Amino acid sequence: MPMTWSFSGGAHPHGRKGTAEAATVRLDGFRRVVLPLSQHAGAPCRCLVAPGDLVKVGQRIGEPGGFVSAPVHASVSGKVVAVRKTVGFSGARIEAVEIESDGVYEMHPDIAPPVVTDRASFVAAIAASGLVGLGGASFPTHVKLSPPADKAPDTLLINAAECEPFIASDYRRILEDPAAVLAGILHVMHYIGIPRTAIGIEDDKPRAIAALHAVIDAKAAADPFGPASHVEVVPLRTRYPQGAEKMLIHAVTGRTVPSGGLPHDVRVMVLNVSTVAFIADYLLTGVPLVRRRLTLAGSAVRSPANLDVPVGVPIGDLVEAAGGFARTPGKVLMGGPMMGVAIDSLDSPIIKANNAILALDEKEARIPDESVCIRCAKCVESCPMRLMPTAIDEASRRNDLEELGTFHCNDCIECGTCSFVCPARRHLVQSIRNGKAQLRAAAAKAPKKEANA
Amino acid sequence: MSTEARLLVSSSPHLRDRATTRTLMLDVIVALIPALVASYLVFGVRAVALTFVTVAAAVLAEAAARRIMKREDTISDLSAVVTGLLLAFNLPPTLPYYMAAIGAVVAVVVAKQLFGGLGSNFMNPALVGRVLLVISFPVAMTRWTVLDGADAVAAATPLAQLKAAAAAGSAVPGTGGLPSYVDLLLGTHAGCVGEVSVLALLVGAAYLLARRTISPWAPLAFVGTVGLFALVAGQPPLYHMMSGGLILGAFFMATDYATTPLSWKGKLAFGIGCGLLTGLIRLFGGMEEGVSFAILLMNIVTPHIDKWTRPVPLGGGVRHARSA
Ligand code: SF4
Ligand code: SF4
Repeated sequence: MPMTWSFSGGAHPHGRKGTAEAATVRLDGFRRVVLPLSQHAGAPCRCLVAPGDLVKVGQRIGEPGGFVSAPVHASVSGKVVAVRKTVGFSGARIEAVEIESDGVYEMHPDIAPPVVTDRASFVAAIAASGLVGLGGASFPTHVKLSPPADKAPDTLLINAAECEPFIASDYRRILEDPAAVLAGILHVMHYIGIPRTAIGIEDDKPRAIAALHAVIDAKAAADPFGPASHVEVVPLRTRYPQGAEKMLIHAVTGRTVPSGGLPHDVRVMVLNVSTVAFIADYLLTGVPLVRRRLTLAGSAVRSPANLDVPVGVPIGDLVEAAGGFARTPGKVLMGGPMMGVAIDSLDSPIIKANNAILALDEKEARIPDESVCIRCAKCVESCPMRLMPTAIDEASRRNDLEELGTFHCNDCIECGTCSFVCPARRHLVQSIRNGKAQLRAAAAKAPKKEANA
Repeated sequence: MSTEARLLVSSSPHLRDRATTRTLMLDVIVALIPALVASYLVFGVRAVALTFVTVAAAVLAEAAARRIMKREDTISDLSAVVTGLLLAFNLPPTLPYYMAAIGAVVAVVVAKQLFGGLGSNFMNPALVGRVLLVISFPVAMTRWTVLDGADAVAAATPLAQLKAAAAAGSAVPGTGGLPSYVDLLLGTHAGCVGEVSVLALLVGAAYLLARRTISPWAPLAFVGTVGLFALVAGQPPLYHMMSGGLILGAFFMATDYATTPLSWKGKLAFGIGCGLLTGLIRLFGGMEEGVSFAILLMNIVTPHIDKWTRPVPLGGGVRHARSA
């Protein structure tokens, strides 16, 4: 029996990956795209175009606003019709460029494979590609590729767990192009200088595991002393949230990221599987991040599918092009049902980190009524961070900053497991987020007080 | 199709598990049914009637209390049914109905609703009801019988018999009038309504464990500690483990959500504490059945146990300021 690894706690939301065996369909022909200039964690981009400008696919339209930032490129060819403020992902107002497509998808003439010879040129190339974590985290990848010198990683950990229900975009990426996954891994190992790689993947995806084994074994057989023989596929127990960074690191390497720390603190670099595959494609073609794979699913969608679409397509247009709604949507999510963000308008565009769009019908969208905590301890038993969600919830509702600290409110990764299992339907995650906001507000106030004194 | 539907915006997660408070309580009710059937076979229809009385009284008391306190009705969460069942299971089958009803009302109103209702009570309601009845009606609460044909005839409980036999110098189960292990398993001896058949209770407990409705730490620690205690005291451990309501208490009351610790370490400590107290009361106290008192005493220290056994977060949980 193959050995599988895991973490303590967790839950088993039904997988519902109905689209897993459906090949990715490329969708084009969209009339317009809206490209927010902040699709990543970090500083927003500076706009490089003005209304009336003609742009081509891959043309840079947003200049990074700092090191922790990523450029934005036109995903269609056509005319810039507007540069306007929209309400972004985080609720803040951000600038977005609206482009009317000419339907031709003409590539920008400057696009060519980047010249990469060493670590610096590799990181620079990735920075220029606009790549961010494609698993949903949206952190600029070149920043991840640049850990502090004294914390050089000894392990590259590829996150292929894809533990959220419904989502199959990483799975399709592996099945449809396993060679790109391996090529991307080998590039990172080579240029960053990481001796070994582990690909963490849940054991309910045997076809993807086999596909990865096949490409790795072929490469290792051709070059027995090459780096491919240091790439290992690690099957993980199928349990939510196996793909959460800290759980994944713990399960695969046995190392524990300290509270408030980052993976490089335990000498690990974590990249999502679609992210490394993009690196391989980019070094080959030089086409920046202007398209992505995503899963369209949920009870309100007529034909659930895996799609390859330009970044920036308004979600309403996307659903329309993919067969439309079967029922009136009650709630539309960017991402999975456990951690996804509910959007308030179908005009919101697909962004780089969107691995799924889920549309739930009105019945499924209903927010369950809360009842009193019965102290069943299910939230405590299932919290992968080993917190006491019920105690944080109580402290948060009482605005008790002391207790919020005592129960480690800030260690919560907002995975949603506690709310999922709670029989009293407590809105635990919402309450914990609220607690974090209270702590932030208090921290912001504290130094001022000192200055006054 | 109109695409400008009104979209609901709410915090993740957007998916919930199937189990609710009500289904968990239903699990417990289902798990108690085998013991109720065993009780009917051992004590006759009166045991079932007595159970019906306590359940009805508990549900009515819950409905009335919530109404008087002007709070939303909670009988549909089924917790009052569980309290009624557990109370009946801790009463002698011959107890007058009105006494049983008083016990149920006290359990629900005093031990539970006055403290804020389900989840906020700190002592097990059924056990509070039982203890009040022991204090108020000591004779009726210790009138033990077994069925002889259709008649209930007086009999001693297994632990009382063990004590007498031990005093006489020969405590071997199955001899000298002591019930055998088979008797204890099937429940064919004197005792409370629902406590007698270890087999039936274990079937129910297995169901709850398999459904993960309860966790095994407290019950295993409880039963194990009592066994060890008996061993050290020179008494037959298995006999102690299978009698005096220990299995009922360990699996169905030392696992009560509201009144026992949250973490697995806390549950373990709770079980060990219950076991030690039960052993002490059984060997040195006046009463043979120490289980109820042990659980109630441990209920009182549960908040402290929770404090001592707080889980350490993954990553150490050092207090840190997070940037942004
Ligand atoms: S899961 Fe819900 S009901 Fe159970 S202890 Fe946690 S908050 Fe309370
Ligand atoms: S407390 Fe946070 S980390 Fe723990 S289960 Fe809930 S959301 Fe996940």
